[in-house]
Amino acid sequence: MIWAGVLVASVACYGLKLAGLSLPQRWLQDTRVQRTVPLIPVALLAALVATQTFSTGQHLVLDVRAAALGVALIAVLLRAPFLVVVVAGAATAALLRLI
Amino acid sequence: MLQTCALSVLMFTGASQFALVGVIGGGGSVWAGAAAAALLGSRNALYGLRLSSLLGVRGRRRVIAAHFVIDETTAMAIARDDPNLSRFAFWATGAALFILWNLGTLGGAVAAHAFSNPKVLGLDAAPPAAFLALLAPRLRAREPLAIALAAAVVAIAVLPFVPAGVPLLIIAVLVSLYGVLRTTR
Repeated sequence: MIWAGVLVASVACYGLKLAGLSLPQRWLQDTRVQRTVPLIPVALLAALVATQTFSTGQHLVLDVRAAALGVALIAVLLRAPFLVVVVAGAATAALLRLI
Repeated sequence: MLQTCALSVLMFTGASQFALVGVIGGGGSVWAGAAAAALLGSRNALYGLRLSSLLGVRGRRRVIAAHFVIDETTAMAIARDDPNLSRFAFWATGAALFILWNLGTLGGAVAAHAFSNPKVLGLDAAPPAAFLALLAPRLRAREPLAIALAAAVVAIAVLPFVPAGVPLLIIAVLVSLYGVLRTTR
């Protein structure tokens, strides 16, 4: 079941990339498409940050992940590289669980 | 573990991979995860549009080039003034990233496999940090920042009432509606 999802999602992602290279330019040059598509990752990534930090399954949870996100946010504001941000978040959660 | 590696080889677009894994890991359905991954991949179509005239690839080369159409390769290619340098930047960045990304995935999958409880390493806090890092460069203007905050609030608000992973789809629909309505006005 998971394999099916992996394959379908991979094919979909590849199809989108190929479509960009292949479709007639004017299709994707429509202003509505041009201005809407860049907003989708912004909204989805923000939603992912929120749900993965403050929930477990369908339950809202406030735990060490919130503190970890705070540290990651500080790292982002300091323009730390991607890996540093991720490690800072994970390390914060790990340390707080030790205490 | 094989599935993690397959994602890096076949999907090769980071945010989508994290989304699929995140939704499934959070107890969501495989299909909600796949939909979220595909939606996050939609931006690559716009990258392809910008790259197609720059790269001028046809036939078999286009089939391969398409796989490399991601944030990083697009950024490197459009930053050059000379079309030859653009093409070189695209292929060099694509090939280097593809190799490193997959080696990194393999290493991570092997390492994670060795630990029975990923929470001890704080690995459950890593995805939100990763998403935040991917999100930050897109928030330079006021509108995306407002959209990001609204999306986070709405996602949390609907979360207790719908199956895991579905909040993402609701957000995708809402932001698309917003985008289309705003432009037509």
